Amino acid sequence: MGLMSQPIRRTEDKRFITGRGRYVDDVKMEGAAIGYALRSPYAHARILSIDTEAAKTMPGVIGIIVGSELEAAGIGHLGAAFPASMLKNRDGTPRVDGDRALLTVDYVRYVGEPVAFVVAESQNAAKDAAEQILVDYEELPAVGLIDEAVAPGAPLVWPQAKGNIAVDWEQGDEAATETAFAKAAHITRIDLVNNRVVVNSMEARGAAGRFDKETGHYELFVTSQGAHPIADTIAKRILKIPQERLRVITPDVGGGFGLKMSTFAEYPLVLIASERFGMPVKWMSERTEAFQSDSHGRDLKSHAEMAFDAEGRILAYRVCTDFNLGAYGLGFGPGIQNIIPMFVVGGVYKVPVLHNYVRAVLTNTVPVEAYRGAGRPEAAYIIERIMDLAAREMGLGQDEIRLRNFIQSHEMPYRSYVGALIDSGDFQRNLHDCLKQADWAGFPARRAESEKRGKLRGRGMAYYIEKTAGGASAVDISFTEAGRVEVGVGTSAHGQGHETTFAAIVADKLGVPFESIDLIQGDSIRAPHGGGTGGSRSLWNSGNGILKAADAVIDKGREVAAALLDTSIDQVTFDDGAFRAQSSNRFLPLLEVAEAARSGTKLPAELNERLEKGLNSSGTHDEKGDTFPNGCHICEIEIDPETGKVAVISYDVVDDFGFVLNPLIVAGQVHGGVAQGIGQALMENCLYEPGTAQLLSGSFMDYTMPRADDLPSFGFTYNEILCTTNPLGIKGCGEAGTVGAAPAVMNAVLDALWDKGVREVDMPMTALRVWETLQRAMGG
Amino acid sequence: MVGTVSVAFSVNGRDVKAKVEPRTLLVTFLRENLGLTGTHVGCDTSQCGACCVLLDGRSVKSCTILAVQADGASVTTIEGLGTPEKLHPMQIAFNENHGLQCGFCTPGMIMSAVDFAQGNAEPTPDQVREWLEGNICRCTGYHNIVASVEAGARAMAKA
Amino acid sequence: MYAFDYHKPHSLAEAAALLEAHPEARLLAGGMTLIPTLKQRLASPTDLVDLGGLADLVGIVVDAGEITIGAMTTHAAVAHSKEIKARLPALAALAEGIGDPQVRHRGTIGGSISNADPAADYPAALVGLGATVITDRREIAADDFFTGMFETALAPGEIVRQVRFPIPLAAGYAKFPNPASRYAVVGAFVARTAAGVRVAVTGAGPSVFRLPEMEAALASSFAPQAIAGIDVPEDDLNRDPHATAAYRAHLVGVMTARAVTTALES
Repeated sequence: MGLMSQPIRRTEDKRFITGRGRYVDDVKMEGAAIGYALRSPYAHARILSIDTEAAKTMPGVIGIIVGSELEAAGIGHLGAAFPASMLKNRDGTPRVDGDRALLTVDYVRYVGEPVAFVVAESQNAAKDAAEQILVDYEELPAVGLIDEAVAPGAPLVWPQAKGNIAVDWEQGDEAATETAFAKAAHITRIDLVNNRVVVNSMEARGAAGRFDKETGHYELFVTSQGAHPIADTIAKRILKIPQERLRVITPDVGGGFGLKMSTFAEYPLVLIASERFGMPVKWMSERTEAFQSDSHGRDLKSHAEMAFDAEGRILAYRVCTDFNLGAYGLGFGPGIQNIIPMFVVGGVYKVPVLHNYVRAVLTNTVPVEAYRGAGRPEAAYIIERIMDLAAREMGLGQDEIRLRNFIQSHEMPYRSYVGALIDSGDFQRNLHDCLKQADWAGFPARRAESEKRGKLRGRGMAYYIEKTAGGASAVDISFTEAGRVEVGVGTSAHGQGHETTFAAIVADKLGVPFESIDLIQGDSIRAPHGGGTGGSRSLWNSGNGILKAADAVIDKGREVAAALLDTSIDQVTFDDGAFRAQSSNRFLPLLEVAEAARSGTKLPAELNERLEKGLNSSGTHDEKGDTFPNGCHICEIEIDPETGKVAVISYDVVDDFGFVLNPLIVAGQVHGGVAQGIGQALMENCLYEPGTAQLLSGSFMDYTMPRADDLPSFGFTYNEILCTTNPLGIKGCGEAGTVGAAPAVMNAVLDALWDKGVREVDMPMTALRVWETLQRAMGG
Repeated sequence: MVGTVSVAFSVNGRDVKAKVEPRTLLVTFLRENLGLTGTHVGCDTSQCGACCVLLDGRSVKSCTILAVQADGASVTTIEGLGTPEKLHPMQIAFNENHGLQCGFCTPGMIMSAVDFAQGNAEPTPDQVREWLEGNICRCTGYHNIVASVEAGARAMAKA
Repeated sequence: MYAFDYHKPHSLAEAAALLEAHPEARLLAGGMTLIPTLKQRLASPTDLVDLGGLADLVGIVVDAGEITIGAMTTHAAVAHSKEIKARLPALAALAEGIGDPQVRHRGTIGGSISNADPAADYPAALVGLGATVITDRREIAADDFFTGMFETALAPGEIVRQVRFPIPLAAGYAKFPNPASRYAVVGAFVARTAAGVRVAVTGAGPSVFRLPEMEAALASSFAPQAIAGIDVPEDDLNRDPHATAAYRAHLVGVMTARAVTTALES
C-alpha cells in the first residue's frame, strides 16, 4: 500500500517540537544591526518636515533613512500585484491604487505608515532614537470607515479617486436581473457587514538582509508565502537590479493566511540599509506594530436580494458591495472582492441570472489584502445568509431550500451563469451526510433541554463552494551524489506540511524511500520559479507537477536502465521503484539507475551527453481546469441571554476535497479554517475610531483571538469525489474551513434569537452585541 | 548611568553566568545570549504564550520576566525537554496527534502542557482548554492540540 | 524598555531605603503588569526595586477567623491553597480566574492591589470581604485603600506587606471577563458576614465600589432574587469597545446574583 491517502505523521514536526525550527528571527547574521520603523501616529497628515539630526547622535545609532533620500536614490515604489488590465472601472478608466513609497515623503495616509527607518545596535537604541526624530505633521481630516469615505463631501484619500472610489466593477446582467425580479413570487433582502479582521499569524512579519559589497549581491531572509514573488517585486520594481543579484530565502514561517504573500516596505528597507551602512540589518515586527502595519482582511458592506418562484427556486440574485481597500491598493487588495470570487458568487445553486456590483473604497486605514479565502468567504457569507433568511421567510427548512436549488451531481460538468465550469461534486450527499453527522433531527430535544437551563439554542447551516487552481509553479526532481532525492518546488509551505505530503507523492510515484526525499522550497535561487503558497493551490501546482516531473524521470530512467541492462528501451518496465528487463528477471532500483546516470561512468558517451543532468527532470502542471472544493457546515450554539455570551456547542463539517492525500493534515486545515471563521463571526473585530481613523483594537489586549476555551471539538468527515481536471483528482482544502464557517455560525445565532423577534445579526456577535440585540428586540 | 547586573542560573541543566543590562528580558537572554531560539516571541502584551518556559518547574512567560529575576533559578526551555533522537512524551504526542502546523506557538504550547500534565494524568478536554488560556494558536483551531495534551499527559503519567 | 537600574533588597527596610534614595524608582513584585508597561514604554522608572528576595513576604496563614496572605504570594499559591479552598473558597476561585496559568505563577496579590487596575479581580475580594492591607508603616482598611483608577492610599515609598481577610459565613465571586484581555469587564464579590452583607464590584467603574442598596437587600434576604429589581446607575461606569456603560450596569446585577448563588452553594 502506498503512502498517498495515509495519515502519515509530519516529518517537519521533529524540528518544531524540539525548538529547532528556524524562523527569520532565528537567522544569525554576524554583526547584524537592528532596523526599526518610525510610524505615523496620524491617520491623515501632511509632513512639513522630518528632522533626524538629534536622533542620529543618540548612542548606538548607525543611521536613519527617510523617504526623500530613497526618492533621490531612485528607489522604486510598492504597488498592486493585481494587474491594472485585469481590473478597471466600468467605464474603462484605470483604477486608483495610490502611490506607495517605501517611506512616505509628503503625506501619511494611515496610522502606522512608516516615515523613517532607524538602524541601531539594538532594538532599544533604535527605539530611543526614533523618539528623538522630529516630524512636523499638519493633521488633515481622515476617513476610516466605508460609510465615512463614501459620504458626500468626505475628505479624499487620493484626489484622483472621486468619492474615494478606487474602482467600480460589475458582473452579470443588470437589466435581465431586474426583469427576473419582476416575476418573483418572493424576494428576500439582506444587509450585511463583513467585519474587518487582523490576520495575526503567530509569527509576525520580519526580514533580515545583507548586501555583499564585493559581489554586489543582496540576500534577504523574509517571512513569506513565496520567495519568488517577493524577489521579483524587489528586484524589478524597487531596487531595479537584475534578478540574479538578489536571493530571497524563506526559512520556516509561522503562519501566513494571505498576509505573507505581499512585499512590505520593511523587506527592501533592510537591504537598502545594509548596503548603505555596511552591515546586515534585521527587522522584526512586534505584535502591536503588526496591528498597525500588517495588511488587514475583509471589511465590506453588502446589500443583497434574491428572487424566488413560488416553490422557492432561485430566479435571480443581485448584490451590491462596498469594500474597504485602505489607503493604498497593494498586493491582491484591489481584486479581492470582485475578480477573485467572481465564479462563486452564486454559490452551489442554479442561479439563472445575476448582477453583482462592487466598489473598492479608499480610506485612511492600513491596506486590506488577502485573508484566508480572500473574497470567497465573503461571497459565501452573503449567499448563505440570504438563503437562510429566505428559508425562514418562505417557511422552508434550511436543508430544503438548498436541496431545491442545488446544482445536481448528474448535471456536472456544469457551466454556471457566471461562467464557472464545475467539474464534479455531490452537494446533496454531503448535505445529507452532514445532517446525519450533526443529528439535525435531534435538535428540538436539545433546544428544549437548553431552554430548561435558561439558554437559547440555535443551529445554522451553510453550504460553501470555492474555486481554486491556477498560477502554475514548476517542480524539479534531482538526484544527489549522497543518494538523496531533492524535490524543488515553487510553492512555499508555512504550516501546511508539504515536506510530508509532497514526499509521499514522490515516494509512491518513484518507489524511493520516503526518508530519502528532501523538499527544496522558499528560495528564489535554489527552488524553481513559482507563485508561492496561497489560495489552496499548492497540491494542485506542486503535487500534479511532481507527477509530471516524475514521469520525465522514469522516461529517462528507462533509457539508462536499458543501457545498463543491455536491452532495448521497449523491453524496460518500471514498477515498484525498479526498472525491469522483461526478457530476463534482472532489475535495477531507481536510485541505482539515477546514480549511474549522474556519474555517467557506465554509460555510453552519446547517452551521457544527451542526459547531461542524469535523471534530473522538471515538470509544470499548467493545464486548464479549475477545482471546486465544497462542503456542508452545521453549527450549534447556545446563548446565555443574561450576558449575551455565545458558546459554540458543536460543529460539523462534511467536505469534498476530491482526493485526500493525507487525512490527518486535511483535518487540521479544516479545524484551523473553521476556528478563523468562528473567530470572525463571534469575537474578532478590528475597529477604527469614527472621525479620527485611529486604530482602537491595537493589541491582543483589545482584539479577541480565539482561544482553546472559546472553541468546541470539530466533527469532520469527507466524501472523495475526484476532481476530473487534474491528475491527482484533488480540489484544495486550505481555505475551505474559513469559507463555510462564518455563515454557519451566524445562521445559528439568528436561529437562537429568531423567536425573540430578532431579524438582523451582524458579525461579530460578541456578548455585548447579542445582549444589545436582545434588548432592542424586546423593546428595551 | 545604568550599569549591568550579574546573573547566574541553570538553563537546561547547564550553569550559566553572565552580565546583562537590567532591562534584558529572560526570553531575549535565552534567544540572543544562549542561542536557544526555540523559545519564541509572538506578542508584546503577555497574551500569546509562545515564550513559555519552565522556571523552577512551573510554566511562565519568559517575555514578562527580566533575566535578572531568574537569578538563582532553574530554567527549562523546549530544547531541554527532549531531542530529536530522544523525544519527551509530550513532544511525541504533538507529532502523533498533528498538534501543530506552522510550529511557531508549539514550543510554548508544549512547555505549558508539560506543566499542566504534572498534576493531571487523566485530564478532560475541558480542563485542557481551560489551562491553555495563556497560549494562542492561529493554525490548528486547538482541536488537535487538546488531543495532543490529553495523550501527552497520559503518556507522561506512564513514563 | 527604557534603561533602569536594578536592586534586589534583602529586607523590607532595605527596600524602603532604596525607594527613598531613588524617588523615580518602582517596586517590582510579580511584574505581570509592570513589565508589559515598561515594554510598551509607558513608564520610565530610573530604578526597579525587586521584592523577589523577601521570603517573609510570601506565605499564607489561616487561623480561626482570618486569612493572612503575604504580599509576594502568587495567585497560583492562593488558588491552590488547601486551607483557603476549605475556609474561603471564593477567594481561591477568584485567584484561579486571574489571567492565565503563567500569569498566576508570577503575579502577586501585593502587586495587583498596589497597581489598582480598575479591572483587576483582587480589589473586589478585598473590599467585598472588608480586608485590611498591612504595609510597612500601618494598616489600611480595604474600603479606604482603593482611591481611584490606578490609585491607592499608599504613600510614596510605602510597601504592602500583607493582606488580612476576615473569614465570612459565605462568599462568592462571579466575573464576566473581557474576551481579549480576560480582565474583568464586571466582577462582583459578595460576602455574608455576622455583621451583614458586603457587595464589591470591580471592572465596572474607575475603581472598585460597593453597592449599599444590594447589600441591604441581601442582608434581609440572602438570595439572588433579592436584588432582582435593583438598577445600577450607569453614569460613572466604564465604557470601551467591549462593553458600554449600560451593559456593564446590567452585568453588575447579573454577576452579583451569580456571586450570591455561588455563596449559597459553598
